[in-house]
Amino acid sequence: MDAMASIPKRVGEIRFGLLSPREVRKMSITPIITADTYDDDGYPIDMGLMDMRLGVIDPGLICKTCGSRAGDCPGHFGHIELVAPVIHVGFNKLILKSLRSICRNCSNFLLEPQRKNEYLEQLQQLKIMGHSTDDLVNDLFKEARKTKVCPHCNEEQVEIKFEKPSDYIENGEKLTPTEIRERFENMSDDDVRLMGMDPSNARPEWMILTVLPVPPVTVRPSITLESGQRSEDDLTHKMVDIIRINQRFQENREAGAPQLILEDLWELLQYHVTTFFDNEVSGVPPARHRSGRPLKTLTQRLKGKEGRFRGSLSGKRVNFSARTVISPDPNLSINEVGLPYAIAKQMTLPVNVISRNLEKMRQYVARGNDVHPGANYVIRADGRRIKVTDVNCTDLAEKLDIGWVVERQLQDGDIVIFNRQPSLHKMSIMAHHVKVLPYKTFRLNPAVCPPYNADFDGDEMNLHVLQTEEARAEAEILMKIQENILSPRFGGPIIGGIHDHISGMFLLTRTDNDISKNDALDLLRKSHIRQLPEPAGYRDDGEPYWTGKQIFSQLLPDDLNLEYVAEVCFKCDECDRENCENDAYVIIENGELITGTIDEKGIGAFKGHIVDKIVKEYGSTKSAEFIDDMTRLAIRAIMRSGLSFGISDEDIPKEAQMHISEIISNAEDEVKRLIEAYEARELEPLPGRTLDETIEMKIMQKLGVARDKTGDVAGNHLGLDNSAVIMAKSGARGSMLNLTQMAASVGQQAVRGERIRRGYTGRTLPHFSKGDLGADAHGFVKSSYKSGLNPTEYFFHAVGGREGLVDTAVRTSQSGYLQRRLVNALQDLEVQYDGSVRETRGVIVQFKYGEDGIDSTKSDYSNPETIHSIVKSVTGKEVEQ
Amino acid sequence: MRNISLLDHELIPKHEILATDELQTVLNHYQIDKEQLPKIKSSDPIIQEIGALEGDVVKIIRKSQTAGEGLYYRLVIK
Repeated sequence: MDAMASIPKRVGEIRFGLLSPREVRKMSITPIITADTYDDDGYPIDMGLMDMRLGVIDPGLICKTCGSRAGDCPGHFGHIELVAPVIHVGFNKLILKSLRSICRNCSNFLLEPQRKNEYLEQLQQLKIMGHSTDDLVNDLFKEARKTKVCPHCNEEQVEIKFEKPSDYIENGEKLTPTEIRERFENMSDDDVRLMGMDPSNARPEWMILTVLPVPPVTVRPSITLESGQRSEDDLTHKMVDIIRINQRFQENREAGAPQLILEDLWELLQYHVTTFFDNEVSGVPPARHRSGRPLKTLTQRLKGKEGRFRGSLSGKRVNFSARTVISPDPNLSINEVGLPYAIAKQMTLPVNVISRNLEKMRQYVARGNDVHPGANYVIRADGRRIKVTDVNCTDLAEKLDIGWVVERQLQDGDIVIFNRQPSLHKMSIMAHHVKVLPYKTFRLNPAVCPPYNADFDGDEMNLHVLQTEEARAEAEILMKIQENILSPRFGGPIIGGIHDHISGMFLLTRTDNDISKNDALDLLRKSHIRQLPEPAGYRDDGEPYWTGKQIFSQLLPDDLNLEYVAEVCFKCDECDRENCENDAYVIIENGELITGTIDEKGIGAFKGHIVDKIVKEYGSTKSAEFIDDMTRLAIRAIMRSGLSFGISDEDIPKEAQMHISEIISNAEDEVKRLIEAYEARELEPLPGRTLDETIEMKIMQKLGVARDKTGDVAGNHLGLDNSAVIMAKSGARGSMLNLTQMAASVGQQAVRGERIRRGYTGRTLPHFSKGDLGADAHGFVKSSYKSGLNPTEYFFHAVGGREGLVDTAVRTSQSGYLQRRLVNALQDLEVQYDGSVRETRGVIVQFKYGEDGIDSTKSDYSNPETIHSIVKSVTGKEVEQ
Repeated sequence: MRNISLLDHELIPKHEILATDELQTVLNHYQIDKEQLPKIKSSDPIIQEIGALEGDVVKIIRKSQTAGEGLYYRLVIK
């Protein structure tokens, strides 16, 4: 059996059709005739719903059909012979369409023979081309319905009405299922084909059931309650109802009961069969359990989010996983994850016992399951699983032998997979080494937040323990954090310093700090550096001192050479390079920071040039070490002086405030003049714009300039000694615009890129006169957040703010769906070793990946000019641009 | 009737019918059969213009943002 299972097979085609009564009887192992399930001894009754031939679910019993035990026995169908035919609810629509397009007398399709042949030909053509025949078949139904007199027997046709749930009315009289079935039975094969069916797989009369398949017991397992009472599945209950009514119908008919009673019973049978298939048909009261709960029948099992398809087949669940809140721990390596003891004691990893680890494994088992690196289970050589407890641990440890498997608790150094949803890119799932820690949260180094897009405001993450050596090896080589520092999205590092790391580095390397020996040792204490360099100089009292640049340089590889423009660059017209007065030109020679400030462009996630260079030239292990050391150094550096921000940091001097209000009132005057010019019709429209558009644009532009000017004024008074400015200029957090809005002026609020115009007719709020085009009437907020907004400003600010919220909500749902479609379309494509991109059949999609065959993580930010720096590093000469 | 050439249009890359020996080297290089190439319909205007027939392989030289010039091969089908 195993040999057979390993041969891969290809699905040639899938055929869909209807179950014919013959097929139902053929696949049935027994007719089911009694509604009772078990006899007084609790033994299943033969030919009852729990017949042992229908399969077994109780452990220990053997199936009477296939001879296998519960679990191996797939179950076998039975059947019920229905006394009278009933309609299958799922086909009501098709039955109606079919009834309307065949003759009520001769069952011929209501078309001229010639038309029929034409259509048959067309259907054939479509099938050969592999196209869908649905549209053509629908046309056919429509055309046939229009025919009023049968072209074959000249019988006049009558409109057939459908009434919920499953009645077909002709001439005011209900068609019985028997009558409908008769009409269908008389159809010729060619006529069936015209309805888009294949007569060998699906005849229309099979839509009317005469025999009902009984699903195997494996499909409707009963559960034994604690009281020993048996509780049957909903489907079993439904089958019981069907059999009961079926029997009563038969008895009544044989006894010659009046037609009226028979019709009622027939309807009841129809009801039970209908709700057996679908308990949510409109117009049918749902069948209920004794407790009043609606039954979950066949359709309910398949449909919806928790149904068989979306819930059971597409949705997978796993063992060996853990989930809890995350919190930061900067003292962990980026490759590590802090795992709470409580979780480490629950999660296990199987270890095969061999002669060389026998003693060690004995120790794990001997510790039991409650002392940390212990074991929770052992599996004996014969496959029996034994739980390790306080009671049996010493005993088990003694018995432990080669060939056993010990399910050992997680401990420091084990590799696990860590994930945060939504898993949008490959860096959302990475491998970490375990570090078992106290308390109840997962701990991670804040430097790995960007790839997971995590923060610590209550985020939770999932952790998975790998169970095989192969999986662990693969995770170690491909999925570890350090192997994913570079993002294939832009070819730069996605892991690096964030927030405080950047501020800290900026403070450390910005000015010529003189750092005493004690401080220098303290700064480097948590790194792997164990020696201080030569001091930069000596103080007057003879004490040596070091500079921040020197301290940082200790972390750099000895032969690193790098030049770039820092984030703090003022973008002067002419660059003074190494003589930059803002210390914004970074030069690193032989691992020594000569000039420049280290900021976001140096060590930041996404932008860090130094991190990027180290990964590409010194490999992932070295870079992980660098990021670990660098972040720890930065945090010690920021703690040396501290960095805080308060409301008083937004204070600007009186004269600056006056200057700002002057700028704003000037701008308002200018706007007023523009409006006057506009009203006097003296304004020249811009090319391609109406006059109205022109004035709007001009006002927007004037006010925008005014806001920027106030920002400049505020910026001039808030120097690099202001912590918010430090954070903004170094790229750690926030921008100068944020600062402007806090200290100077919030500026124009906009909806869809225009000034706010909505509200009442002719004005935004009743506080303004109609037709007022002025700045304050259309959402210009001249106050700053610190000074506070007046009521109208506050309102406009809320209007503009709401647009932002709606935008993000809409964007995430749209981009999520877009991503889903892209992933579904591309998931089977693979880059081959020859650089081509192929799908599973081997058909080429792209002859060279990305047309240039380049792995973006191995290019410098996908920049083709990388070659220049390589040439320079070899020749020592600058490349002519 | 047509008095313009599609190939003169800026947005239409250069298409040419691949010679048999050249086709062989391409197929050998990728170790594939002709059927594993991307397809193009013979009713495609550019295929009709260059007169490629069903079973021919056309070589397409495209301008590429990443590589300057990218090569592509497509099998003409019905």
